Amino acid sequence: MDKKLATYICTGCGIGEALDIEQLSKVAQKECKAALVKTHACLCGQDGVAMLKADIQNEGVNCLMIAACSPRVMYDVFRFDGCLVDRVNLREQVAWSQKPGDEDTQMMAEDYLRMSAAKIGKMDPPEPYKPEEEISKDILIVGGGVAGLTAAKEVSRAGYKAVLVEREKELGGFQRKVAKIATFPYKGLKDNDVEALVQEVSKDGNVTVYTGAKIEKTVGGPGVFKVTIAQNGAVKEHKVGAIVMAAGWKPYDPSQLDPKLGYGQSPNVITNVQFEEMAKNGGVKRPSDGAVPNNVAFLQCAGQRDPEKLPYCSSVCCTTSLKQAIFIKETNPEANVYIFFKEMRTPGQAEDLYRKAQEEGVIFIRCQDPQVKASGASVTVEALDDLLGDTVLLEDLDLVVLATGMVPVTAFGEDYAQVRARLRAGETEQKKEEEELEVPQDAILVSDILNLEYRQGPELPGLRYGFPDSHFICFPYETRRTGIYAAGCVRRPMGVAAAFEDGAGAAMKAIQCVEMVSQGKAVHPRAGDMSFPEFFMQRCTQCKRCTEECPFGAINEDEKGNPLPQPTRCRRCGVCMGACPERIISFKNYSVGMIGDIIKSIEVPEEDEEKPRIVVLACENDAYPALDMAGLRRMTYNAWVRVIPMRCLGSMNLIFIADALSKGIDGVLLLGCKYGDDYQCHFVKGSELANIRLSKVKETLDRLVLESDRVRFETVAISDYDKLPKILDDFAETLEGVGPNPYKGF
Amino acid sequence: MANTVTQSIMVVGGGMSGLSAAVEAAEAGYEVFLVEKNPYLGGRVAQLHQYFPKLCPPYCGLEINFRRIKDNPRVKVFTMAEVTAIRGVEGDFDVTVKISPRYVNEKCTGCGKCAEACTLEIQNPFNYNMDTVKAAYLPHDMAFPMRYVLDPSLVKSAEAQKVKEACPYDAIELDMAEKTLELKVGSIVWATGWKPYDVKKLENYGAGAFANVITNVQMERLAAWNGPTQGKILRPSDGQAPKTVAFVQCAGSRDQNHLPFCSGICCLASLKQATYVREQIPDATIYFFYIDVRATDRLEDFVNRVKADDKLVFFKGKVAKITEDGASKNLVCRVENTMTEELHEIPVDLVVLATGMQPNTSETPLPTPVPYDEYGFVASMDAMPGIYAAGTTRTPCNVAESVADGTAAALKAIQSVVRR
Repeated sequence: MDKKLATYICTGCGIGEALDIEQLSKVAQKECKAALVKTHACLCGQDGVAMLKADIQNEGVNCLMIAACSPRVMYDVFRFDGCLVDRVNLREQVAWSQKPGDEDTQMMAEDYLRMSAAKIGKMDPPEPYKPEEEISKDILIVGGGVAGLTAAKEVSRAGYKAVLVEREKELGGFQRKVAKIATFPYKGLKDNDVEALVQEVSKDGNVTVYTGAKIEKTVGGPGVFKVTIAQNGAVKEHKVGAIVMAAGWKPYDPSQLDPKLGYGQSPNVITNVQFEEMAKNGGVKRPSDGAVPNNVAFLQCAGQRDPEKLPYCSSVCCTTSLKQAIFIKETNPEANVYIFFKEMRTPGQAEDLYRKAQEEGVIFIRCQDPQVKASGASVTVEALDDLLGDTVLLEDLDLVVLATGMVPVTAFGEDYAQVRARLRAGETEQKKEEEELEVPQDAILVSDILNLEYRQGPELPGLRYGFPDSHFICFPYETRRTGIYAAGCVRRPMGVAAAFEDGAGAAMKAIQCVEMVSQGKAVHPRAGDMSFPEFFMQRCTQCKRCTEECPFGAINEDEKGNPLPQPTRCRRCGVCMGACPERIISFKNYSVGMIGDIIKSIEVPEEDEEKPRIVVLACENDAYPALDMAGLRRMTYNAWVRVIPMRCLGSMNLIFIADALSKGIDGVLLLGCKYGDDYQCHFVKGSELANIRLSKVKETLDRLVLESDRVRFETVAISDYDKLPKILDDFAETLEGVGPNPYKGF
Repeated sequence: MANTVTQSIMVVGGGMSGLSAAVEAAEAGYEVFLVEKNPYLGGRVAQLHQYFPKLCPPYCGLEINFRRIKDNPRVKVFTMAEVTAIRGVEGDFDVTVKISPRYVNEKCTGCGKCAEACTLEIQNPFNYNMDTVKAAYLPHDMAFPMRYVLDPSLVKSAEAQKVKEACPYDAIELDMAEKTLELKVGSIVWATGWKPYDVKKLENYGAGAFANVITNVQMERLAAWNGPTQGKILRPSDGQAPKTVAFVQCAGSRDQNHLPFCSGICCLASLKQATYVREQIPDATIYFFYIDVRATDRLEDFVNRVKADDKLVFFKGKVAKITEDGASKNLVCRVENTMTEELHEIPVDLVVLATGMQPNTSETPLPTPVPYDEYGFVASMDAMPGIYAAGTTRTPCNVAESVADGTAAALKAIQSVVRR
């Protein structure tokens, strides 16, 4: 692109009062080499925008440096098709957060213009990625339970095609085994209508159903997934655009339960799953002799909420036991039904079912540690009743039902780390050491569900307890694999009512994914981004950092260790760009060279001027908005800082620090998101990776004979804007103690 | 399939469910009108200090959703707007939207000159009226749209002209009137959310008259730096840090006389707020009075984490009555320990009532007939052909569930307008 740069300086909102605009214009003209430099008292107003449009039309301006407010506001006003626009944040991050009329404030603004010019100089308009092969908009649905069936139905109703793969011979999943269901409005038991859903999906011409089938292999990425499905010895290949992963759950293995719960000691001690099977197939009977049970006890939290067994709550067992208790009462009103529970968990309207069970005469015994004693057909439950303070002893029970929990199918299988270790056992020690990266690996279990041909492992990485989600709160359907969305009980334990909605929600994400990918756009969290990373392969040293570090497993590898990027799997965070020691990975509008040029464009005053300079590499999702809000609140902070927003701090390449320090910048501050178990990074591991990379910065500092205090990493949340000024001031103070960078003037 | 006249979708309510429904549908390629009653998007979530269980700031999730809207011209946002009429059928609805005057137009840059010129103050709705704000105000630090609002009381006051003249950008229109828009849409997602149960109805807890009895939503504002106390948890009566804090669960929920259902989120919300107290007041004694701790799925981990706090007393029992000492404004919680059957009178400095979620549809139903349950929740997501209910309009739910539900509703709304 033949660039014609124009700089527009807004003097409104206090910018004109804080800064010497004439001087700024000179910098734009002489140093930024802007063909046009204009100022306006209200650039975002009608007049201002008309002026910009006229210049685009009449003067051929195609690169606009807009020195005004933050890019987070007036985004629609300053959007010009076919032009490159860079917003210089003179308002929130200069005029509103620095002393007006001060020499340092002026220098900051001037630097921001230089930095913008450097950025535009290295920026090209992104061209959307279009794979050579045709994009498929079909959706693969893994699992034919309620969530999967619903996803198939909803995909079809939205006008898309679905391929549904179910391992069992019949569709319906766990619900097929269920007699009655508990769902809205929770006033009583409802008939199980899963068969109607099975019929609807089976007859749907938009849905290709494979039962008794498994996925042997999944290769490619969004838009271009190729899925190999094996059924009855035959193999079929489908091309799909996105995947709804609704492979469901398995009941917790009752043989693993504490012996005090009596499982296996009497045929009359069963699980809630066995209860359902009985209820569905001819009614609930006493297993030892087939008699009608008159005394039935339910024991909640069998193995659940137990750090040694299943540490989490399976969410549905309280409601399920209530349902089963009511079922007994409805078929045999004379029966004595007891529920031993720690806490009754019936959120929302499900509380009504709890009330219904009480009305039906179910007896509730709140206790912590019930014990089952069983021998032959005789079963006894003993517990210390929390409410009565007495021991409750129920003898001659006909049936004891253990409320066992849900385990996602992704929680089974060998740890992929072990598989990798085995694969590498044959390699020489030296090679192993070379590859030994300190990057934490995702927990992937070889659960034989998707069989992804991904370099980082064949299944979805688990977050906790084997659930494959990636952002527990804000983005519930997302996984760490692009275009694969989790739904139903594989995502979190849930009841049938939630599973219906979940199937629809994940189907929505899958449809959105194929629509975005077909336009060459990124999906969450940089939804709509048209840029993608390009690899300059001639300089690749096969170090595998990019393939190891990508939080989304987007990059495969050939036998020699060369990266094989899969652009439709990419989330455009730039972690690979930050990881690459050879700096061969670039986006059209975001690159190592660009950030390097931005850093180099900062004017570093001579040592005797006593004006240190600090480069702040700030996560644009959280730290940068926090800086804006500090400005909005007119908090002032250190004037030596020069903020460079990063797509994710994980895109920080160590060369940035070397560039800055070797140029005489006194310190580099990295502002990233909280990491660890409760990470806040949109890209899962970006800030963590940046911090790990930083452990290597010592080499850079040693080489330059510089103090380690010159580089600091701080985690900040978007709401930490009250703390940011102090973080910046403290770092500046530390640097004053360290003294000026001796490289100034070199 | 409906005889679709238009492919536009309307989402009513800009809280977590509605916001999710709008951006998800828009990113799949559909035009969306997002209608929000407040002057800003984000709903109740914007007023929270942190989310459980990660203790992360809601602004973070809102920022990314706002960014999705900014990057997607298909979403048209109407704030201070309410739907007053819906006519027509799936694929062809005519919706009347009433827009209240903001008195500030789109020329507003957010510079704040109007607020500087304004001396009149009003109760601050963002902080549940716990402090005041200038009558020319930005609703909160991350308000989206980033645009000021003039309170009608200011417009009527003698100061109005002065404030108008203070604006360098001609953004203030004192004669702005209520407007009515007619929009044609193919389907509608109704996500008008919830309100905290009215404490005035809780007579045994002081009916809102005790200064140091606050609600869980107010506690969120007290803990937030952009709240009325710059994030300091202080007693409203004297501005002192409380030494004992009581969280009273099921204040109106699971109660046949109030909200018979369980609001689902309050246990976790209170335990989260206990961490706010602990962080600020290391030696405070905290009571958590409860019937059952309802922490489903992995949220159990959070309960275990909070349980490690040895000055936090998990007290099983529903508080029967709260009394106030007139002079000190200290409080006494009368509660029976259901484990020991002993009656306790526990003096505390601050009470936080875990008031439940009342669906807004229970007081402001849809302007077209749809089935509700007895509590005023819309009875199912498929409220009627082409109209879908999402989030707390349907059932009490937390943030993750609201997002999930809003996303599901987006697909249903798309199905109603898709042309085959």
